[in-house]
Amino acid sequence: MNDFFLIKRKRLSSLLKMRKAPISDEIMECPSCHGKTTAKVLRKKFMICPDCGYYFPMTPAERLSMIGDEGTFKEQMPLLRTKNPLDFPGYIKKLEANRAKTGLQDAIVTGVLKINGIKAAVGVLDGRFLMGSMGTVVGERIAQITEYAAGKKLPLIIFSASGGARMQEGLFSLMQMVKTSAAVERYKETGGFFLSCLTNPTTGGVSASFANLGDIIMAEPNALICFAGPRVIEQTIGQTLPEGFQRAEFLLEHGMLDMVVERHKMKDIIFRLMKMHQRV
Amino acid sequence: MSESKKMQPYERVLTARKKDRLQITDYIDGLFDDFIEQKGDRVSGEDSSILGGVALFHGRPVTVMGHRNGRTTEECIKYNFGMTSPEGYRKAVRLMKQAQRFQRPIITFVDTPGAYPGIEAESHGQSTAIAESIAAMCRLRVPIITIITGEGSSGGALALAAADSVWMLENAVYSILSPEGFATILWKDSSRAAEACGIMKLTAGELLEFGLIDGIIPEGKRCLSAVNKMLVSELDRLGKYKSATLLSNRYKKYRNIDGTYKPVNSSQDGMRI
Repeated sequence: MNDFFLIKRKRLSSLLKMRKAPISDEIMECPSCHGKTTAKVLRKKFMICPDCGYYFPMTPAERLSMIGDEGTFKEQMPLLRTKNPLDFPGYIKKLEANRAKTGLQDAIVTGVLKINGIKAAVGVLDGRFLMGSMGTVVGERIAQITEYAAGKKLPLIIFSASGGARMQEGLFSLMQMVKTSAAVERYKETGGFFLSCLTNPTTGGVSASFANLGDIIMAEPNALICFAGPRVIEQTIGQTLPEGFQRAEFLLEHGMLDMVVERHKMKDIIFRLMKMHQRV
Repeated sequence: MSESKKMQPYERVLTARKKDRLQITDYIDGLFDDFIEQKGDRVSGEDSSILGGVALFHGRPVTVMGHRNGRTTEECIKYNFGMTSPEGYRKAVRLMKQAQRFQRPIITFVDTPGAYPGIEAESHGQSTAIAESIAAMCRLRVPIITIITGEGSSGGALALAAADSVWMLENAVYSILSPEGFATILWKDSSRAAEACGIMKLTAGELLEFGLIDGIIPEGKRCLSAVNKMLVSELDRLGKYKSATLLSNRYKKYRNIDGTYKPVNSSQDGMRI
């Protein structure tokens, strides 16, 4: 019974935090030009620095309100948690700290929403939560929402922001790459339309599984997208990498993406693509 | 066997990396009646860090492929120490799809420190190549058996390991990342690899206990005959399924790898926007 109230209270406080968020006057410093803005101004501008155009990372709530019709998003499996399958030392504490920081149970939000009236299944990874890494919760929720989309014949849209597979869940995390890939491949075979949007950063085991299996793959400007990160490569080859290497525009040039899409055009492009892929 | 059971995880890693262990060429020589190598990805190149081709197993055609490491320094450099580039994964997918066309079962041997972290590999779509190899394996309508023979690290290993049946040699290791990479990410210190091995749960025994692999093959003199015996019985077992059943069993195998729970009162509504 105590558990029940504890969870209820935590859930309430996280909901309140989210409600409070849009009116926050918190000062945000741009990591690129060091200009200062309030969170309120930034949110109105899709979290883009008004001075230099830098893309601040978006929370799932900000992302969903950017692309969805107001009041239409409904989350699924919000409370799913990891069992800490490896019994990894310090992991539970780390999770608790990340839960407090983000108001989420793990690095993903999944659910359904409408985009200009068209219903879609959606997943958004949160790069703030342990680098958006994919452990068993992220894998399970992606597989679940993909199967849900297949069952209801909905388009599937996933926004990735991830450092890759989650170290603390070891081989269980690696296996989520197979699980999510299998789910999206089966979904695509049943006629489903999978749109994958890669945001900064999409790397490692997420980049090398479902995120790069979209029917359409789009990315945000300047997003880092790679398998091995720049630091690993620099260590291996012993030299610094060229400017713009592994950024969205570089991948576009190398044939790895359909398009690079700015935030203020994203809802419209997603809507038009969904319309063209509607099943008759 | 009793000696090796007492080995610490890091000793297993060092054992798994030894150059005098059996390598893919030894398995091919020892297990198959005939083997013809196939090269190239038909897109842009040939990556010899993966060796693949068509072979006869007890008279039956199969497609065989796996990471190639080499023994001498010259060979190791030639095969890029078993670190594969997109061309190698694309070749693997090409051979797998061909196997499906001729209804040949697929046998993969995994032994790699990971995918190659290089400028060209990234420019040529390393992520996409690995993702597409995993995706292809998930949906192939022929039986797939994987044996992890040495070091199976990260997506580079997984790209050849999304199989119906996954076996490990007694001293092989299979992990999310090399212990050095793991220690770097966690503690920013690659020299703590031995310590990392203690918590990574990467040995065959640990992974079998988790249900993440299907069995362990003893090493030593009887290794090849044990691999042979396993392959005969697994090919026989998997060969009995209709392709739809095979596919759905494979889907469930990975779908059911779960480490989550729903806390009490999990019916509550989540985020609404």
